[in-house]
Amino acid sequence: MDLKDLYQEIILDHGKNPRNLGKFDNYNKDAKGNNPLCGDNVHVYLRLNENKKVEDIAFEGHGCAISMASASIMTDMVRGKEEKEVKEIVTDFLGMIKEKDSLETNILKDDEKTKLMSLSGVKQYPMRVKCATLSWHTLTSALDNSDQIVKTEE
Amino acid sequence: MNIDDIKREFPIFDDKIQNNDLVYLDSANSSQKPRVVVDRIYDFYTKEFSNVGRSVHYLAVAATNLYEQTRVSVQKYINAKDKDEIVFTKGATEAINLVANTFGQKYLSEGDEVLLTELEHHSNYVPWHFLRKAKNIKIEFAEINDDGEVTLEAIERKITNKTKIISVSHLSNVTGAILPIKEIVELAHSKNIPVLIDGCQGAPHLRLDMQDIDCDFYAISGHKMYGPTGIGVLYAKKKWLEDLPPYQGGGGMINEVKKEGITYGELPNKYEAGTMATAQVIAFNESIKFMEKIGIQNIEKHEKELLDYGLEKLRKNNSVNIIGNPKEKGGVISFTIEGVHPHDIATILDEDGVAIRAGHHCCQILHDKLNLPATARASFGVYNTKDDIDKLDEAINKCKKIFNL
Repeated sequence: MDLKDLYQEIILDHGKNPRNLGKFDNYNKDAKGNNPLCGDNVHVYLRLNENKKVEDIAFEGHGCAISMASASIMTDMVRGKEEKEVKEIVTDFLGMIKEKDSLETNILKDDEKTKLMSLSGVKQYPMRVKCATLSWHTLTSALDNSDQIVKTEE
Repeated sequence: MNIDDIKREFPIFDDKIQNNDLVYLDSANSSQKPRVVVDRIYDFYTKEFSNVGRSVHYLAVAATNLYEQTRVSVQKYINAKDKDEIVFTKGATEAINLVANTFGQKYLSEGDEVLLTELEHHSNYVPWHFLRKAKNIKIEFAEINDDGEVTLEAIERKITNKTKIISVSHLSNVTGAILPIKEIVELAHSKNIPVLIDGCQGAPHLRLDMQDIDCDFYAISGHKMYGPTGIGVLYAKKKWLEDLPPYQGGGGMINEVKKEGITYGELPNKYEAGTMATAQVIAFNESIKFMEKIGIQNIEKHEKELLDYGLEKLRKNNSVNIIGNPKEKGGVISFTIEGVHPHDIATILDEDGVAIRAGHHCCQILHDKLNLPATARASFGVYNTKDDIDKLDEAINKCKKIFNL
């Protein structure tokens, strides 16, 4: 295990200055997620336009550097994408965090993939995987209009 | 008391953990186990095993005697009047649930109040919450002050003529505040209110004398007292154990079972239904003996020295904020570092073998009050040294460096 894999510069940067933090007025989908074990929580807001494209996205919440960075990078990455593309990215990302060595989707550019791969360090820290995945599960829940609060614990 | 000798009695420190010497600062969560306790479990299972209290064969009688010896040891250790006032449970959580359930059944009805404090662990809130749902009772919380302590006056302010029971921590697992339990009991009894003390953090670190404290109930966790998991103790005054209904039904707790009706067993069997954690109870006797051998006054003195040293050290460390400043404080230091989330602190410290806890420590009410989602916590046991605290301080500095503080 190497802490430098976990706390890469990009994560520290996004963790400290999360992009898209806050809430905007005309969102039409949202969902909450929390991690009862840590007390971390996140609320994702997004606006899908008539072409099912993510016109805007933001999040509120608090948590560790990993969870804040993950939400920050995620929101940056899915803005402007179509719903089905977003779902493909989410599936690809969760698959990578869970087992795969790399990202496979063609939707993301190489530099975007590199950015997302900066979160792969959590694989070595099983207790921290939930920190990286919470906002992604919450995004899915928002897209699916689920009223259920996403929880990392059953 | 020689700490190096004491530390050698704990096998966990023999080997490196992830290539580091273990700096274990999570004893408020659960303590490590001395060899005598581990060996006792092995020996019981390999040479002496039988269920207790049922059969009359040699092994059963011997096991029953061993099991009952622990009861007497606990009775003496906490200076209870009678050994029948010692009920074994699966932990302090079950001990509190037992009281909430049985006392609630018999004595609580709509509109009655249970008085807790804002410091309470979830295990001393959720069982009462069940009654709030089932019986429409009210739960009141005595407030903490700015130093993270609960004073006698804070308790007094929340007592009304509806208050039916008071249930408070002996020692906070977050701020380390030691509550004035003897005074609380005296005040409560002057108004005919019984008192339950959650002694999870009290029993491993403070001298206990049930007859002096005079509380009605005291809940103890075995695994925080260098004992096995799966074992706890409810101390309850005999009058309560005789008066309250049984908690769980099953074998061992009955007197006579007929189709028309059932009578219950004598104390303490009435509250010990089913096969208990026999090996753990028997091994718990070794934990008590281990603590008695060191002497609780020596444990208190040692942990106080560690606490003073730790507070001094961490107060000097810039950007470390210590949570609470109680005048009477046990060996717990909860803290935050500005700009670093507690979970990141815990992960980074772990890299150097420094094991602490991060989160709300099962005290969400308290963290809400402090307006903190989470804190980091270092807590001490008999095996800790000043060197451990130096390592904690160094690891905190590393943490600050990673986060460019």
